[in-house]
Amino acid sequence: MTAKSDLPQGTLDLLILKVVALGPVHGYAIAQRLQHVSRDVVQVPQGSLYPALHRLENRGLLTAEWRETGTGRDAKFYRLTKKGRAGLSAEAAGWQRLTEAIGLILGMADGAVE
Amino acid sequence: MNWWQRLWSRGRMEEQLERELRFHLDEHVADLVARGLSPREARRQAILALGGAEQVKEQCRDARGTRWLDDGLQDVRYAARTLWKQPGFAAVVLLTLALGTGATTVVFTVVNGVLLKPLPYPEPDRLVALHEETDKATQYGNRWAFAYPNFLDCSRGSRTLAMAAWRFSVGTVSEQGKAEYVSGRQISPELFSVLGVRLQQGRAFLPDEDHPGGAPVVLIGHSLWQRIRGGSASAIGKPLVVDGKSFTIVGIAPTGFRLDGEEPDVLTPLGQDPSPSMRNRSRHPGIGAVARLRPGASLKEAQAELALVGRHLAAQYPDSNAGRTFVAEPLRPDVGDVRPTLWLLLGAVSLVLLIACANVGSLLLARAVSRQRELTMRVALGAGRGRLVRQCLTESAVLGLAGGALGIVLASLAIGPFVALWPGSLPRVENIQLDWRVLLFALAASLSSGLAFGLAPALGAPARELEQTLRAGARSVAGATRRLHSSFVVSELSLAVVLLVAAGMLGDTLVQLSSLNPGVNLKNVLVTRMALAPSVLAQPAQIRAAWQDVLDHARHVAGVESVTMVDTVPMREGNNQIGYWTTPALPAPADQPLTLATSVTPDFLKVMGIRLLRGRFFDDHDRQGAEPVAVIDEVLARQAFGREDAVGKQLFIPVSASPFQLSSEGSDPVRVVGVVGHVRYWGLASDDGARVRAQLYYPFAQVADPLLRRWSELMSIAVRTGVSPLTVVEPLRRAVRGATGGVSGDQALYEVRTLEQLVSDSLARQRFLTLVFGIFAAAALLLACIGIYGVLAYLTRQRVPEIGVRMALGASPLGLMWMVLRQSLGMILAGVGIGMLGAIAAGRLLENLVEGMRPTGPTIFAVTIPVLILAAVLASLGPARRASRVDPIRALRQE
Repeated sequence: MTAKSDLPQGTLDLLILKVVALGPVHGYAIAQRLQHVSRDVVQVPQGSLYPALHRLENRGLLTAEWRETGTGRDAKFYRLTKKGRAGLSAEAAGWQRLTEAIGLILGMADGAVE
Repeated sequence: MNWWQRLWSRGRMEEQLERELRFHLDEHVADLVARGLSPREARRQAILALGGAEQVKEQCRDARGTRWLDDGLQDVRYAARTLWKQPGFAAVVLLTLALGTGATTVVFTVVNGVLLKPLPYPEPDRLVALHEETDKATQYGNRWAFAYPNFLDCSRGSRTLAMAAWRFSVGTVSEQGKAEYVSGRQISPELFSVLGVRLQQGRAFLPDEDHPGGAPVVLIGHSLWQRIRGGSASAIGKPLVVDGKSFTIVGIAPTGFRLDGEEPDVLTPLGQDPSPSMRNRSRHPGIGAVARLRPGASLKEAQAELALVGRHLAAQYPDSNAGRTFVAEPLRPDVGDVRPTLWLLLGAVSLVLLIACANVGSLLLARAVSRQRELTMRVALGAGRGRLVRQCLTESAVLGLAGGALGIVLASLAIGPFVALWPGSLPRVENIQLDWRVLLFALAASLSSGLAFGLAPALGAPARELEQTLRAGARSVAGATRRLHSSFVVSELSLAVVLLVAAGMLGDTLVQLSSLNPGVNLKNVLVTRMALAPSVLAQPAQIRAAWQDVLDHARHVAGVESVTMVDTVPMREGNNQIGYWTTPALPAPADQPLTLATSVTPDFLKVMGIRLLRGRFFDDHDRQGAEPVAVIDEVLARQAFGREDAVGKQLFIPVSASPFQLSSEGSDPVRVVGVVGHVRYWGLASDDGARVRAQLYYPFAQVADPLLRRWSELMSIAVRTGVSPLTVVEPLRRAVRGATGGVSGDQALYEVRTLEQLVSDSLARQRFLTLVFGIFAAAALLLACIGIYGVLAYLTRQRVPEIGVRMALGASPLGLMWMVLRQSLGMILAGVGIGMLGAIAAGRLLENLVEGMRPTGPTIFAVTIPVLILAAVLASLGPARRASRVDPIRALRQE
């Protein structure tokens, strides 16, 4: 197994919003999807997933309803609200700018050696 | 979701959280099993991955933001549980608070209904009262009731005000041979629409009914409608005989409709009044005027407009209107003179509430100190200090609210009897109910008393020196809390002193006033107003004959010894004041001295039992055509003639006020033929401080013809009886009912009173205040005694180990009792000292607010203070005896 990275501060909310944006989904599926999509690189602490979900619901970025899963069990499905969609694009853009900036800084360090 | 919705759905959300996490675990387990793990291993790994369901749940709850609520609920539950475990303590605290808030709520309910509630009309802040105002003031002030023509001129075309007017009138409603005396008002057609009151049935008057000769229409009051027509809708359009004249009923006023504080029985159009004085701008009966600001108009604009009309009329009618203008001011409920009494009561009852609070405070403190170990332990286990303070406050808030709720229940039961106890009629009594304002008040009072007095123990929650506190155990009594305890007791006692002394002052005053000589012989005198048959009022000769007839018939009623006519009666509402002078050239009206003037018949002195000091009283020779005569009282004699003999002297009365109407201008002379004793006309309490005390009597037989009708409308008869006066009421009523030949059954007696009742009524306020203050003082004394008992019992219990040591060292039981008593005496004396200062201040206040009040004297202190000290010492005897009976062995073993 490869070494797993801890999630940088404040990015869990962004990742959750991104996953939920693809369609209504329950908590366990969110955890699964994050792990798969990141090819197991991102270790999602399950213990902080649910508090984060409840916090986002409380802030009105997510809304939830109880529905049956494919296997016929009742689960709590989360969905993005309008506010959540706006929040996602704002945070995603912010993250993009940040990573680009970090990339630039790293690239500049390489050039300085030459 | 709001926080209260979350609170509401707390249970459901807990359950959903549980289900959500269970679902997560189950899915994870299923996945792991699919990958080949054993179910047991799979569950172990899944739980590990989630990281402890309880912690996750707790974090989710935090994320939901209802933390403080959960804590609050927990505190409330905890508080309720601890109180439940100490039922004795809880009962004492709850009862104390319930009594305090209950009594305060009762008084506040009355204050709210009488003084604070707005008028019962829509948009009451748009209503204004209107007056005439003159540049120069006379002895009656410079505000006057409107003259009807002035009202019409102001009202006509006013752009800012919709005006209405009414005038007091009385009458006799005759219904199938039964005459009933009723209260009435003449009103302008707009009155109901201006006030915004909808008639129960029918219609208001029409503008073309509002002039002399208009159709005879009448509106009747709701009560009269119920009384004589059984509330039947068919009453509309039917005739009603008022003062011998037939009117058609066109409408019924709604229930509770009031003018001048009373419900009128009959309302007639003001403009139909034919009397010439209604068209006169200078000598007129005076009408009340009210107006509603038109939409968009402000009070300022209305005042400006009225001032403009005033200037206009002054130029047009300089004789009557020079220096006269019109003013508008916001309409306020007329509550007479009860305002200071009500505030006084609210102040007094607040003292009771304060005592109750101090009591609860000291009890809470005592409990907090005995719980110090528990609290310290909790701090040691990691409870935050803020959290502990909050929990203490929650406990006292729970106590406060529960006590307040109980108090509101008590108040709702007590409010009826309290209002019934009120002397005379309480104005706006129909407004007195528990409403949201009262509930808010009670809630605020109880909550703040709970919080304020829970704060002290809460702040005493341990923070420092945990170890010491834990080690010290139950033995320590910190000096600071002992001082706090003493200060609670001292303040309770001093407040109780204030109330006791106030009650003592009132009682003393009442006794003193009751023993005053009223100047009349109160026993066996019946006084009643009387209305003659309307049919005789047209002719002066008929009026005189009718009254003579009434006197003759009344005199022959069994049990009646003598009978007299009298227009104004001592200690009853109503009086007649006139100016006088000792020379024909009168000074300006504002400088004329005033005297009460009463018209009577020759037997007046005999009926009332007034002493004749000099000269003679009236006889049958004092009649029309003979020289006008008067009998004056000793006060007027001294005031007008000093030490000279008044008999034979002349007094001069301005023609405008003269009942004789001899001259056309200037003054009427009247010969003084006798001097009689002073009568406490204004009541036992008020007479000494009254503005006009001088009294003058003149014969009814000499009243000028044009005035006879008006005089007859206000006349009463008084009889002296040889039997109990109330037993002659019915025979008297029958005897005078049909006294006039030909017309029968049209004459009515009303407001029947004995002179003793009137005197007793004149002291009703003092008696009422004495009673209420007595109750308050007794409650205060009781609470203070409970307080001092509780605190001493607590302090003594804390000192049991110390007492044990003292006993073991040979202290005598008596010595130990003295030790406890000394402690309580210190508090008692401090409380009495501070209380006496407060009582002197409160006494000043009472002197200003209650008529006839005597200043605080040493006698009152000498009577009240020992009572308090004795009660307080008795309350401390229990704890003191317990101290003397401490078993030293057991006490020392407690360590």
